[in-house]
Amino acid sequence: MKRISDMDAGPVRKNKVGPRIKKVFIVIAATICMVFFLLPTVLTFTNSFMSATEIKANYGKVFATNEKGGKVYIGETVKLKLIPDMVSFEQYKTVLFKSPDYLFKFWNSLIYALPIAIVQILLALGASYAFVRLEGRWKYVLFFIYIMICLMPYQVTLVPNYLVTNWLNLINTRWAIWLPGITSPFAVYLLTKSMKRIPKALYEAAKVDGASEWTIFTKVVMPLVKSTAFSVGILIFIDYWNMVEQPLILLKDDKLQPLSIFLSRINEGEIGLAFAVAVIYMVPCVLTFLYGEDYLVEGITTQGGVKG
Amino acid sequence: MKKKETNQTNQITETTETTKTAKTKKHKVKEAPKPKVRMTKEQKKAYIKHRLKTNIRIMPFLAPSLIGVLLFYLVPYCVVIFYTFVDNPITLEFVGFSNLIDVITNPSFLLASWNTVKFSLIAVPLAVILSLLLALLLDHKIPFASQFRTSFLSPMVVPVASVVLVFQVIFDYNGVANVAVRFFGGGRVDWLKSGFGLYVVMLLFLWKNLGYNMILFLGALGTIPKDCLEAAYLDTTSTWKIFWSIKIRYLSPTILFVTIISIINSFKVFREVYMLTGAHPYESVYILQHYMNNKFESMDYQQLSAAAVIMSIVMGGAIFAMYVAENKFGQDMEE
Repeated sequence: MKRISDMDAGPVRKNKVGPRIKKVFIVIAATICMVFFLLPTVLTFTNSFMSATEIKANYGKVFATNEKGGKVYIGETVKLKLIPDMVSFEQYKTVLFKSPDYLFKFWNSLIYALPIAIVQILLALGASYAFVRLEGRWKYVLFFIYIMICLMPYQVTLVPNYLVTNWLNLINTRWAIWLPGITSPFAVYLLTKSMKRIPKALYEAAKVDGASEWTIFTKVVMPLVKSTAFSVGILIFIDYWNMVEQPLILLKDDKLQPLSIFLSRINEGEIGLAFAVAVIYMVPCVLTFLYGEDYLVEGITTQGGVKG
Repeated sequence: MKKKETNQTNQITETTETTKTAKTKKHKVKEAPKPKVRMTKEQKKAYIKHRLKTNIRIMPFLAPSLIGVLLFYLVPYCVVIFYTFVDNPITLEFVGFSNLIDVITNPSFLLASWNTVKFSLIAVPLAVILSLLLALLLDHKIPFASQFRTSFLSPMVVPVASVVLVFQVIFDYNGVANVAVRFFGGGRVDWLKSGFGLYVVMLLFLWKNLGYNMILFLGALGTIPKDCLEAAYLDTTSTWKIFWSIKIRYLSPTILFVTIISIINSFKVFREVYMLTGAHPYESVYILQHYMNNKFESMDYQQLSAAAVIMSIVMGGAIFAMYVAENKFGQDMEE
């Protein structure tokens, strides 16, 4: 991956003033875009430090309903505040210490997303190794089917998933999310792409040295695709952390729902807490992102096939 | 791999048919990558045997994944196809295309499809063009380029559920957007409960996906050979011309890929819609997943199956087109 700063290919131009003005414009444009991309996140973050009363005073009316359950229309429009009048940790205290429900849902999200990301990667590593090493035309047909499945929207894949989980009597259990999740072929596509870049001679050399397939897989291939596997893992984790479609259909029990579903229902009742929960909810993703941004970028670039 | 096979097969030939060896060898050298071309029976046998041995050794690596895919995706999908053509899962009477016709003529399915298609038709070109512009912006040597990249990419990891409150506050009937509308003399709009709902969702979609597409474009821009660009800069100073005649040509496979990925992502926009408007939205944002959810609730297997089959055919066609196009355009650019 080339650094962005290295990418400018133009040699020094004759006109020296022009490029500088242009550069200023570019930075201004980029800054405007940055505001657009960061604003919602920043607003959520800063608003989480408001006290519950301040939030209710500010936004309470937005989500208020009248006795009939219809919307209340107010004369004055609501103002979205960037900075709270007074910084308070009241919301966080309530979420973390007084309402175990949120933490429980947070735990639910984690217990779905993390094992799915890890096991799916492990299965996919084996499968993509096989797709690189197998011989015969049939493997291309099989690989094409894999690609088809992993590009299908949930509207399609959920129907077969539902049929099987229903048949196995797993609807409304954690397995209903886990099993279709770990067997999803999404990671296979990306990992195969990066494994294809490993020169065949490497396998031959290892084989001549008497290495078994398992040794080649663990000692030769795994170290080479480690970073891709990690980046694909991040993609999968984020996807399942945010999942909405699967739990809506495969889980009926409120106790099993992940935080994503729960958050969407929050604004009716406890709007005061919503921002703090939203921030807590995004913490794992943001941390992963800050720690693994380069991996993520590499993973996306692999997906684009630019490097392969 | 191939070389070893050739040796092995040739050894066999040497022991059995010494006269033919020279001929075969010569032939082999010429067509080394395809050993199956004009092999003697013994060679063919040995090759197949060797292939079988390799495959048996490799199969255990594929097996766990394959069993999973078969069990949770492929086999039940075949059942789905089967359900499409029967009247119900108990009597299993063959009814031909009537289920499919029922779904296609169903007004709510049509509404959902139309909304989804409309969304894709507007959002996908926007997603491609805007992200390309962002990538070109960051492709210049500017200060804080990596900070800009991080900020553009950040919406991808921020859960929709987290920022949806901000969007709701902005686009509610009592929300911030209406302040701006009123400032310009317009009437109040209840954004999410009007024809504008789809555009609010589009904004959220773009917010979330532009960074991801931009990274794809940045990667592609990085692979354009520098000497090619330098030569062009000697001939012309017009950045515009260089963009159209060189960069676009190198980017064309990526543009295609980004388009397809955006189409696929636009089918997954249900998350955003659900977060913004709940399970029963205004009809302008009623999309296919809502339709499916309703059918799941009423356990209508036939309609579910038929709708899934229709959608998978449409998506399959799109993906297949990508596959063909990528092979065609991809080869054009490979050296």
